[in-house]
Amino acid sequence: MNDNQTMTHGVDIGSLKQRGPELSLDREDICLEVKGLNLYYGEKQALYDIHMQIPRKRVTAYIGPSGCGKSTLLRCFNRMNDLVDGVNIDGSILLDGEEINSRTVNVPDLRRRVGMVFQKPNPFPKSVYENVAYGLRLQGINNRGTLDDVVEWALKGAALWDEVKDRLNDSAFGLSGGQQQRLVIARAIAVQPEVLLLDEPASALDPISTLKIEELIYELKSTYTIVIVTHNMQQAARVSDYTAFMYLGKLIEYDATDRLFTNPKNRQTEDYITGRYG
Amino acid sequence: MIKDIKKWFASGEPWIWLNAAAVGASVIMVVGLLLLIAVRGLGHFWPHAIEEVRYQWQGEEVRIIGEVQGEEEVDTQRLIESGIPLETDELEVTRYLMKIGNRDAYGVDFRNIVEPLVVARERPRDLIAVERTEYGNFYGYLREVKEAGNVVASGETAWDELQARIDRVSALRDDIRAIEKYAIGEINYEIEKLRLAKRRLELEGEDTPENLARIDSERAELDEQYNELYAELNALYEEIRRDSFTAEIQDGRVLEVPMERVIQAYRPNAMNLLQKIGFYLGQLWNFVSGEPREANTEGGIFPAIFGTVMMVLVMAVLVTPLGVVAAVYLREYAKQGPLVRTIRIAVNNLAGVPSIVYGVFGLGFFVYFLGGNIDRLFYPEAAPAPVFGTPGMIWASLTLALLTLPVVIVSTEEGLSRIPRSIREGSMALGATKAETLWRTVLPMTSPAIMTGLILAVARAAGEVAPLMLVGVVKLAPSLAVDGNFPFLHLERKFMHLGFHIYDVGFQSPNVEAARPLVYATALLLVIIIVVLNLFAIAIRNRLREKYRELEN
Repeated sequence: MNDNQTMTHGVDIGSLKQRGPELSLDREDICLEVKGLNLYYGEKQALYDIHMQIPRKRVTAYIGPSGCGKSTLLRCFNRMNDLVDGVNIDGSILLDGEEINSRTVNVPDLRRRVGMVFQKPNPFPKSVYENVAYGLRLQGINNRGTLDDVVEWALKGAALWDEVKDRLNDSAFGLSGGQQQRLVIARAIAVQPEVLLLDEPASALDPISTLKIEELIYELKSTYTIVIVTHNMQQAARVSDYTAFMYLGKLIEYDATDRLFTNPKNRQTEDYITGRYG
Repeated sequence: MIKDIKKWFASGEPWIWLNAAAVGASVIMVVGLLLLIAVRGLGHFWPHAIEEVRYQWQGEEVRIIGEVQGEEEVDTQRLIESGIPLETDELEVTRYLMKIGNRDAYGVDFRNIVEPLVVARERPRDLIAVERTEYGNFYGYLREVKEAGNVVASGETAWDELQARIDRVSALRDDIRAIEKYAIGEINYEIEKLRLAKRRLELEGEDTPENLARIDSERAELDEQYNELYAELNALYEEIRRDSFTAEIQDGRVLEVPMERVIQAYRPNAMNLLQKIGFYLGQLWNFVSGEPREANTEGGIFPAIFGTVMMVLVMAVLVTPLGVVAAVYLREYAKQGPLVRTIRIAVNNLAGVPSIVYGVFGLGFFVYFLGGNIDRLFYPEAAPAPVFGTPGMIWASLTLALLTLPVVIVSTEEGLSRIPRSIREGSMALGATKAETLWRTVLPMTSPAIMTGLILAVARAAGEVAPLMLVGVVKLAPSLAVDGNFPFLHLERKFMHLGFHIYDVGFQSPNVEAARPLVYATALLLVIIIVVLNLFAIAIRNRLREKYRELEN
């Protein structure tokens, strides 16, 4: 817990040194692997030849200036870009060694395995309970007892249970912004995904709520592979194990967070994290 | 000075006044319209005083008994030219319209009288008004009450005796109606079904002696039941014809009126205010709940209310799924391009097609083509009588559904486009397919918009008359579309409609004077029903809006 405190409150990057044994991708179990990914919006290319490996049960963060393609890349992992007209993708993404970009992939099934939380809280206009149970009902689970258990488990997992246990049947809109975002996280983990994609999950929240979300991410990484997009570098430094810096659709540098922040190899990375541009 | 005016214009104040004036004019028009039909329509049911007027006519004094139903100022010269001998210097004189009733005795039941020729007007307390099933109202002085031709009461006691016997007749009439309409109606329905079953067996070549014998035995059973009921009915008719009363009418004759025709008798001149209010409410209820009599100029309009509401509800049930499915396809699935754009323009323009054109289409396509083919395929035994191949409620509802479809499609599409992308993505990200997302999240959130479309559709459909005249509305429908005979819902039947009723009563009726107040009353009722249907839909929409309120942020 003390470690956790340091993690979340220690804003200065130097304190990251206390994290213990040095992380290295070579020693990790790889969950997601991106190979030669190019993405086009119509004529315009948005991602250029991305290669990277995302380790299991770690937090991987994407940083970079607005429009650099970090959200676009994130949305490739659960094929959310399918919903956008005129998007063309080539290259491959492997989830547990299986290609997810092929035509034969069952996309809803993939999305069940790769959950996603969006920038703005987007609860459904239903009760707190039904929001969390949504994914389960989609799978045809309607048994009240099972649902009750999973809803409680998921809300506890998202550190929201104590705040909402007395108003499970009230509208989710009655919750505060931070609570709504944790509800959306609960909704995502209720279907027990392997990977959790977080697209700037705290950018619409106040500092206290942001703190809670960050603590939650720290808790969740023992169970899930977490990929987070943020344009808050401190946040990336606080919560992630690995960080990727992207710029203009290219992956500039990808390394363990400590190394990237303390000893960037690339000039552009250094300029960005020291605040010289971006 | 000019500068001031310029400044005044620049301040925007004149436009505000202009807007206020426009709103004011609209409000005055709507309120005025409602007030006019309300006053004219609702006044009809009040028990008006019966006056006895002594009147100078063709050189002698005559007695006229009746209700004063209207008065107007008429140019004297015009009256003199039309043959009324007036000796007055005034340019205009008052002319009264009197309802003198007793159509069986005089041939007409309204009469104009002019003020200068009136000698005296009185309101004797013992004048009675009698509402009858035939020949309209009866006005006169009660003389005797008779049972099987023998006088049982006369003078003062006659009134109470009359009331008692009216109650008896009413009870008998209810019994007769129950037998004729329900018991015998049911048997007739069964007999008709047997006839059709027999015909079907013949057509299919299955008319084996056994089958025929079975049908014949069932038929014989029904005939027996019918004969029993018929005997019972005859006995009741015998009973109801027993009594009568005599009364003196305006020209001094004493007429005998069979009790069988009497619905109620009252003495408006002897009533106090409370009694009058009670009577008024009773009349109002009879109007709303009763069936029409005398070519629709008397009695109630319940079948028309029922027909209107039912037709609108069936229309709503048909148009909602159709419109929503079409809108979902256009907005969510169809590839947006020139073709979809053309379809959308075409759909929007459908709303501008004159409604009678829909009527013609409904008659040609639904009634003759669809209905005719249904008859050929499924009801060959009924030929040559059509079952579905004739105007009926289902075709009227379908025609109106077509008419209101654009409204539902447009507002549903609008609703769908307002659902934030984040909600759809949120659902898809949990592993929902597009269809599941639509069904579980997007459509519920669109429901207020769908209801808005439905409200507009109902408002338009309930007021539409022209197309209905081609596809199902009739002047007098013998039976409602819902009754106790299986399958209870008979959407192939023709029906009555308030809008058409107004037209029919007002312009097709043989007795225009008597029908006029009913035109207003029916119009008022039509407005009320449309308002109620709309309020109902609006209440549902508001509840849905409340449920999905965060949509607006």
